[in-house]
Amino acid sequence: MDLLQQYGPALLRGFGFTVLCWALGTIFGMGLGLLIALLRHYGPRWLCWILQVYIEVIRGTPFLVQLFVLYYGGPLIGLRLDALPAGLLGLTIYGSPYFAEIFRAGFRAVPLGQLEAARAIGMTEASIVRRILLPLSMVSALPALINFSIILTKETVILSIITVPELMYQVSRMSAETFRYVEANLVLALFFWGLVETISRLGRRFEARVTKHLIERT
Amino acid sequence: MQASAVEIQKVNKYYGPFHALKDVDLSVPAGKVTCLIGPSGSGKSTLLRCMNFLEEYDSGEIRIDGRLIGYDAPGRKMGGRALREMRRSIGMVFQQFNLWPHMSARENVAEGLLRVRGLPKAEASARAADALAKVGLADKMDNHPSRLSGGQQQRVAIARAIAMEPRLMLFDEPTSALDPELVGEVLTVMKTLASEGMTMVVVTHEMGFAAHVADRVAFMERGELVAADTPDRILHQPQDPRIQSFLRTYHERNSF
Ligand SMILES: Nc1ncnc2c1ncn2[C@@H]1O[C@H](COP(=O)(O)OP(=O)(O)OP(=O)(O)O)[C@@H](O)[C@H]1O
Ligand SMILES: [Mg+2]
Repeated sequence: MDLLQQYGPALLRGFGFTVLCWALGTIFGMGLGLLIALLRHYGPRWLCWILQVYIEVIRGTPFLVQLFVLYYGGPLIGLRLDALPAGLLGLTIYGSPYFAEIFRAGFRAVPLGQLEAARAIGMTEASIVRRILLPLSMVSALPALINFSIILTKETVILSIITVPELMYQVSRMSAETFRYVEANLVLALFFWGLVETISRLGRRFEARVTKHLIERT
Repeated sequence: MQASAVEIQKVNKYYGPFHALKDVDLSVPAGKVTCLIGPSGSGKSTLLRCMNFLEEYDSGEIRIDGRLIGYDAPGRKMGGRALREMRRSIGMVFQQFNLWPHMSARENVAEGLLRVRGLPKAEASARAADALAKVGLADKMDNHPSRLSGGQQQRVAIARAIAMEPRLMLFDEPTSALDPELVGEVLTVMKTLASEGMTMVVVTHEMGFAAHVADRVAFMERGELVAADTPDRILHQPQDPRIQSFLRTYHERNSF
């Protein structure tokens, strides 16, 4: 009990950072992923090729390595970031290729005819993306987007290594100082479980709302 | 000689090595119904889709009300803005309806008025309601496509096209995806449209519609436009053996 009193506030603060990093990392990562998917869809062939290489490289390397390169290698090319911004940028970059691929699959699942109907009345491609392509791609993309967002919650623990004071960081400190590894990690697990449970509940509700008219009920 | 709404001259289209349209000539008179018939794979859809440049033709000319579509000059593609502007006045109805499933019937019809014509929301919505009333769907406006029958969906698709006040309407087998008992309601709407003087090009397997509603019937085979003439001369006194054989097959399939 003493332990909780002593470390409770730090753990809560850590959890706050975890949620913040996850939320921003997911939003930015999704945004970058969407941009990549759109550029690959509409852009010239050479750009498509470059983005393909980007996707392969990021997906092919561990997040930990990417984070090290960014945080410790960044200053060598003049990119000097604090731990938190570096962590957020790292998460954004790490998630972007996965999100890009999810969006790409979503775009491909949209029936061509529904896009042609929009072109036939003279809609601009920008309107078509916003009003037709994106909403319809959600039928197949949304579950995968939510799923990958959940996976990202757990990648945030790696930010502790570059001293972002998130939950894992606080838990490590607590266990190093008290040698209560089991309790500390149990707390960690409970927090994450609660977070993931909340996200997936919200996700399911959101999914039901978005796909209300899109999935044929018989 | 009356004005033609669509003037097609020596149009060729290739899919890779496959020659899909071969020197096609056709003129579509304004205010009249022209039906395109012919065997499956003969290029009817391809030709129709070239008329609003959803499909790019490789050579020749297609003029809509005198203006070349798809190209500024032979070999030089038209800019996106100019093409969109031309498409605004060409309505298209597809075999598979292609309604947007995340919008209600009314939103489907209003979408083009909002995003393309730039009308204010209230006016777009009012005009959408008018267009839907015209196709007999005043009571289904708030239904999403998943809550409409095939015939109703196709009528919404027609309303979506006419709400834009096009000068030309293209139909690609508008009744082929429908159960037989739903074909009539769509054809009725099309007949009304025809009687109001809309210029229509209709790809169809409904020979009855071609015989009774069309002013001209064009027959295609293997990428060639074999003949274009009055319904009577194409459907009842065909000279070309290819048309005779097509009609024979059609009658055999439809008799029991
Ligand atoms: N995207 C494409 N790529 C390659 N070949 C195509 C493509 N679209 C059509 N074709 C070919 O072009 C020919 C004409 O096709 P089209 O769809 O215009 O025929 P159609 O007369 O409309 O037939 P149907 O009555 O079956 O609709 C067919 O042989 C078809 O296989
Ligand atoms: Mg066809």
